[in-house]
This record gives sequence, C-alpha cells and structure tokens, in this order.
Amino acid sequence: MDQILVQTLHGLVNGMVLAMVASGLTLIFGIMDIVNFAHGDLLMLGAFVGASVLGVTGNYWLALLGAALVIAALGAVLQVTTLRPLIGRDPLTTILATFGISLVIQKYALWQWGPSVRRISEPVPGDFTLFHLQYPWYRIATAVLAGLILGGLWLFLKYGKYGIWIRATTQDRVMAQAMGIPVPLVYTAVFAIGSAMAAASGVLFGPFAGVTQTMGFDFTLRAFIVVVVGGMGNLGGSILASIFVSLLESYAAIVVSPAQAVIVSFVVLVLTMLFRPTGLFVPTPK
Amino acid sequence: MTAMPAARPRSPAVGYWIGFAVVVGLLVVAPLVLPPFWQRFATEILIWGLLAMSSDILIGYTGMVSFGHSAFFGLGMYGAAAALLTVKPPSLGLAVLYGLVAAGGAAVFVAYFATRLRDIYFAISTLVFSQIFYVIIFTWTEVTGGENGLTFGQPRLSLLGLGSDRFTPTTFHWFVLAVVLISYLLVRRITQSPFGQVLQSIRENEPRTRAIGYHVERYKIVAVMLSGLFAGLAGVLYAFQNKFAAPDFVFFVVSGEVVIFNVMGGMGTLVGPFAGAAFFLLLREGLSRFLTEYYLIPLGIIFVIMIIFLPQGLLGFLRRRLNA
Repeated sequence: MDQILVQTLHGLVNGMVLAMVASGLTLIFGIMDIVNFAHGDLLMLGAFVGASVLGVTGNYWLALLGAALVIAALGAVLQVTTLRPLIGRDPLTTILATFGISLVIQKYALWQWGPSVRRISEPVPGDFTLFHLQYPWYRIATAVLAGLILGGLWLFLKYGKYGIWIRATTQDRVMAQAMGIPVPLVYTAVFAIGSAMAAASGVLFGPFAGVTQTMGFDFTLRAFIVVVVGGMGNLGGSILASIFVSLLESYAAIVVSPAQAVIVSFVVLVLTMLFRPTGLFVPTPK
Repeated sequence: MTAMPAARPRSPAVGYWIGFAVVVGLLVVAPLVLPPFWQRFATEILIWGLLAMSSDILIGYTGMVSFGHSAFFGLGMYGAAAALLTVKPPSLGLAVLYGLVAAGGAAVFVAYFATRLRDIYFAISTLVFSQIFYVIIFTWTEVTGGENGLTFGQPRLSLLGLGSDRFTPTTFHWFVLAVVLISYLLVRRITQSPFGQVLQSIRENEPRTRAIGYHVERYKIVAVMLSGLFAGLAGVLYAFQNKFAAPDFVFFVVSGEVVIFNVMGGMGTLVGPFAGAAFFLLLREGLSRFLTEYYLIPLGIIFVIMIIFLPQGLLGFLRRRLNA
C-alpha cells in the first residue's frame, strides 16, 4: 500500500516533467506539422547548458533561465536554416531532417561534455517522510514548477497577443497570413518556444538521474508516445496523457523492472493508435 | 526526368542491363583485387545495402517510412544465432530459415497493427515496435544474452549437399553477392509485377487505390512482410560475417541509418539504397579516421543538406531508367 502511494507520487512528478517535454513537441506539431525528432536532444543539450551555468554561477534559477534562452536561440536558428526550406514538402522529410539534427546535437554534446554523467544539484534541499519512506522535497518542487511553467504557457496562448497569433496560425495559416500575422515569424517563434520548453524540462529533470548525452532519445520516444496518446497538437491532452502514462509506468515498475515497464507505455500507444487515433483525451471528432 | 522518347522504347532497358553487368562484374572481381580490409568493407556494404533495399520497398514504392527495420534485421541475426547455437552441426540453410521465420513473424505482427496507420503515425508505430523488441532482447538475458549478445561459429558453406567447405573472406563475399543479387532481382521483379504496381499506386494516391477496389491494408501488410523478410536476410548475412548477435543492432539507431541510406542514395530505385549505404559507410570510414566517433557531426550535416537540396538522392536522377 505504501509502495503504491509512493509510486503514485513518483508517477505524478515524472508526469509533470514529461508534460513539459511533450507540450513543446505538441506545440511544434500543432502549428507546423513537424514531428521534431531532435526534441529530446534539445532537452539534453539544455540540461548540459544548465549544468554548465550552474557550475559557473551556482544559481539554479539562472541555470534554468540560461538553458531556456540558449536553446531557444538555437531552436530559432535550426528552424530558419533547416526547417523553413522544407515547408510545403512531405511532412516526412521534416522527420528525416530533425533526425539528422538529433544525430549532430548528440555527438556535439559528447564532444563538448564527454561521456560521463553530469549532476545538477537539487534546488531545494531536504526530505520529508511519507509513511516509512523518505521522499525528497525537490521532486515535489519540480512538479510544482513544471505546473507553473505549463500554466504560464497556457495563459500566454490563451490571452497573450502573440499567443493568439500562434493559435490563429494553428487553426488556419492562410487566413492568419491574410489578417496580417507574420506566419513565418510565428513558426520560428514557436519552434524557439518549444525548444526552450525542452531545455527547461532538461534542467528540471537534471537532479533526478543526472545528465548524459544519450538521454535525448528516451525523452523523444516518450514525448512522441504521450503526444499521440493525448492527441497530436492538443496541449491539454498531452499533459493529461503524460500523467496517465507516467502513472501507469510507475505502477508497472512495482511488478517488473523499470526497463521493462516502458513496454506498458508502448502498449498504451499502440492501443490508442488502433482504437482512438485522434487521442484519448480529446472529444470524439464529428 | 521527362518521358522517354517514343522512338527508342527498348533502349533504357538495354542500357540498364549493360550497367547492371558492369557493376556485378566489378563486385565479383572486388575481393580478388582489394586488400583484406576493403574486401570486408565491400561485403559489409552489400549487406547494409540489402537491408536498405528491403526498406525501399516501403519507403520508395509504397510511401511508408519505416523507422523499425532494426527489429527485422536484429531478429534475423538472433534467429540465425538460435539455429547455429542449438542445432548440431551448425547448418547454413537452417540458420537462414530460422532468421527468415523470426524476421517474417515479427514483420507480420508489426504490420498487422502498423499498417492501419498512415504517414508519421506509421513511422512512429514501427519505431515503437522496434523498441519493444529491443527492450525484450535487452532484458531477457537468459535467452538472448542481454547486453552482451550471443557469439557463435560461422556455419560451413554447403549448397544442395554438394560437400561442405569453410568460408574464406573471398568465398563469403561471393556468397553474399549471390544472395544480394538474387534478392535484388526478385524485389525488382516484385516491384514491376501487378502487385508492385498496386503498391506504387498506394504511394501515389491511397484513397483512389482503395476506391478502385484494392484491399489497401492487405497489400500494405504483404509489403511490410516482404520488406521484413529481406531485412531479416540481411541480418542473417551480417550474423554470418561477424559471428555474433548483439542488441545494439536492434536499437533504433540502425533503423535511422537505414532511412539515411535510402534518402542519400535515392528512394524508389532499389539500387539507390546500395549507393547510399556505400556513400554513408565510405564517408564514415574516411571521417572517423580523424574524427573518431564524432564523424556523425559532419555526416549529419551532410545528410540534412542533402534532404534540403538533393531530395532525390544520389541516384534519384536515374529513377526512371532503373525501373525500366
């Protein structure tokens, strides 16, 4: 019973971080039909930048902000140089291009930071006792912070002027252009925002298990899964799906090893694609 | 790229067969003149090319991008390993059979689910399925050897009971060449058959193909199965060459490389994937001499540039002639 409670907490915390990763991916997909294979690698790069900033300044919040800004700039550059020329081509070519980018980023990180695991120290010290187990506060803080960032993103999309531009472009890019919204600029901005979300979640995840240059693919795959389960391009759906899938994986980890628990989310994905390809957490389309 | 002039309808085919004969001739002579390292390299290109060609059936001819070919390749390897480790004495034919059964079975399983989905959803689902196989193989240590994989001896060459002989690098190259040639001609014949025409029509316009009355899903399942079988065959050959099966080859990176081979060489040409594999492996060899494992940085950049500026691939301009 205790174990179930701890795993529930674990699943919720992991789900919040995953929701941040997925929100960037789903935002990019929703507006540009781009499946960003490099998303997890941008996350990894953000975590490394964050670790470096932390090493220099010793301030966790500066690390979070610095990583987000650096990766946002990188995302903007990537979008302009490689993805903008591909607009109007088969969406599959963007998968291939972002896959190429992911290879480059991964090896660049290996070259720059080496193969060893980097630690990001916990921003909030201390544990609290949950029944008989110690549970660290920073995990709770991370989940809350992820929730705040997601809430901020949601408010921005809902009420901000540029958020409304983004939603307008998602709905109908031709009409948006006709209304005077600079669509190419919106594309670049959204890619930058998505990249920044990835980088921030990388820094948030850093204290959990350390930062390695191979962590990206795992996140890309998991983000894909929850984005499809939640409904492609649907922000709220992705967040719910992240928590749902993470909880399932946590519970599965009680029975089997964590490495095998991943299969649970694969199965959820396949079942979703077969029976509800528009996503689990969206109303049935007419 | 325009239509062939009507006055010489046979000439593309003649040119094609002359080119074909020249390339085959070069490949036959290759092990006799190349130093041992490059000899092995040539064999490896043929095997990777076969894997990439199997993927071309889906990418180039049916319009479905598979990111899961590592699963079929890996299961071919492990299937061959199973036959070589359990059956005494090791038998070449049985190893091929086991490998094909394993890969084909996996392909049918994946195809049953994945072919109901289209475009990126198909790509993601094949990726996810290949990761399922990876996790199973990686964690089921008692049977698959887990992270360390399995090692075994090379089987002896025995064709139709005509005695048996140890493989030398040269005879192994010829053996691989023969298998690859037969596979290539078979796949070429398949893509030109009415079945292959239906696949291409699915690529061009799926709703219309369905409206004409073809059972699109069934065609797709068969296409994935065929593709998986040839990928498995490549896995078997690779297992023979290296005498081991390792989970690394089931990992998604291999699937990614297969897609790269196709894009670099030219999708929908069958020969292109071989050229792409050769181009990629040669670049890797050259770059890793002075960049070690960072060769992927320039290679990745070249790949992205090719996607933007050369979407047809190296041999894309020959597409019409190669399918003549």
